[in-house]
Amino acid sequence: MESKSRTPWEKMELIRNKNRPTIRDYIPLIFDNFIELHGDRHYGDDGAILGGIATLNGIPVTVIAEVKGKNLIENKQSNFAMPHPEGYRKALRLAKQAEKFKRPVIFFIDTPGAFCGIGAEERGQGEAIAKNLMELMVLKTPIISIVLGEGESGGALAIGICDELAMLENALYSVVSPRGFASILWKDASKEKEAMQIMHITAQDLKSLGVCETIIPEPVGGAHMDLYKMSENIKEYLVKKTDEKMKKTLDVLLNERYTKFRKIGEFEE
Amino acid sequence: MALENLFKQVKTRFNSSIQDGNNSTENSTASNYNNSKVPDNLLYKCPRCQNVLFQEEFQAFNKVCPKCNYHGRLTARERLELTLDANSFTEFDANMKSKNPINFPKYEEKQELLRQKTGLMDAIITGEGTIKGIRTVIGVMDSHFMMASMGSVVGEKVTRAIEYATQNNLPIILFTASGGARMQEGIVSLMQMAKTSGAVAKHGESGNLYITVLTDPTTGGVTASFASLGDIIIAEPKVLVGFAGRRVIEDTIKQHLPDEFQLAEFQLEKGFVDMIVERKKMRSTLSKILELHNYKKVDNH
Repeated sequence: MESKSRTPWEKMELIRNKNRPTIRDYIPLIFDNFIELHGDRHYGDDGAILGGIATLNGIPVTVIAEVKGKNLIENKQSNFAMPHPEGYRKALRLAKQAEKFKRPVIFFIDTPGAFCGIGAEERGQGEAIAKNLMELMVLKTPIISIVLGEGESGGALAIGICDELAMLENALYSVVSPRGFASILWKDASKEKEAMQIMHITAQDLKSLGVCETIIPEPVGGAHMDLYKMSENIKEYLVKKTDEKMKKTLDVLLNERYTKFRKIGEFEE
Repeated sequence: MALENLFKQVKTRFNSSIQDGNNSTENSTASNYNNSKVPDNLLYKCPRCQNVLFQEEFQAFNKVCPKCNYHGRLTARERLELTLDANSFTEFDANMKSKNPINFPKYEEKQELLRQKTGLMDAIITGEGTIKGIRTVIGVMDSHFMMASMGSVVGEKVTRAIEYATQNNLPIILFTASGGARMQEGIVSLMQMAKTSGAVAKHGESGNLYITVLTDPTTGGVTASFASLGDIIIAEPKVLVGFAGRRVIEDTIKQHLPDEFQLAEFQLEKGFVDMIVERKKMRSTLSKILELHNYKKVDNH
């Protein structure tokens, strides 16, 4: 992998490059027969989260993803990939549907965070995320999550409860956006570059912290340099992992999922 | 001369005269001119209605503002004392303290300083006790320690307390307060949201009762995990409850938010809490709810 020499800041520039592939580029190259499904059945349909059913190498799966746009029109439709509560509720509805029909769930994370606004608060952003965490932790079907670009805050974690987390080689995953981090700790959002140096947010950092299991290699120069190769790498990983997870009994699968998160934390007594 | 400035002069003169003839008028002007500043060891200013009262008086009201009924921030020890039967508390994991998972600069020093100042090891106390004779697991977050942000210790202690309740067929009551995830522990703190929520799921599957009491302030990653997952969710009057910080939202929408935004009463109206309960009625409300779920009084009561 060539990315070891890239700084977190360089990676951020790379994943914010407007040519970086998004979930809409990947779906036709990784899956067949994709059918998009809409709505949370309570309030509305959130364009920041896309969901549907498809086949992966002939096996039915549920695909749920945060949607980045490539231009202003697309980004307006997807609210710059910042979901509202109805987005998380749509994700949970489709995950529960996958459980019913015994299909694996594949989450694609790509968000600067859950949306912060009046409507989001009024409709319970906190409750929506919390509910996802709790329900997905005991969802009786395999779950794989992949961070495509950036995954920030509870907005990423709400579809990040999984049996295995993979990250693309240049992807970043953090407790809050670097701007938010700088704003909270130093009351100065413009120090985002400094924040990135100490936050430990690269795929390589997260692997060493035991949060991410697999790093999916990107083509030389980044995912946008060769979309086909990138899709192939993701597909190869997904086919192998879903097969592996589907062979486990539900008891083993759920115990391993619980333990995966249960063991994270550093303390002494 | 503006009236304000006249007062400023009088104050300045007054201050310099009480400073043992020390003529540092500039300093005293700076520190006294802003009349919203009060010495916090003597006076308490209500953050909701700006009412000012003596600390002693505020303490006597159990830190509730007598004018607007805002329920102020208790320490975890004060809360335990108000909630549990006398001498019934056994603490869990009293010595657990955090490491520094992402080698955040000066994190250890900051914590050590706060440990000395607050007498707490981290931002939560957990344990077991009785309320009017009924056994319950309890956890109380304390905003005086790094605004009760959730890092490894809060996550682990909450998880262990819930697991203990599951294994022993007990209810659990968590008093939440938090500024959110602990930035200094990076991604490790985000994962505590998953860990605690997983433990809540299992406790739920065991058929036991989980109550959360939202106290001032309950925000961020704690709102977006175990605080919002109670079978029954109670909030104290006028406390702040929300996901995103007020400043963040105002920056996004470029508008000033109304004062009542994200208060407990707002959350009740929007359907996210079951009830608002005053501090003086909290203990009896909790015991009534426990009884309604068939938890029995232990023998010596």
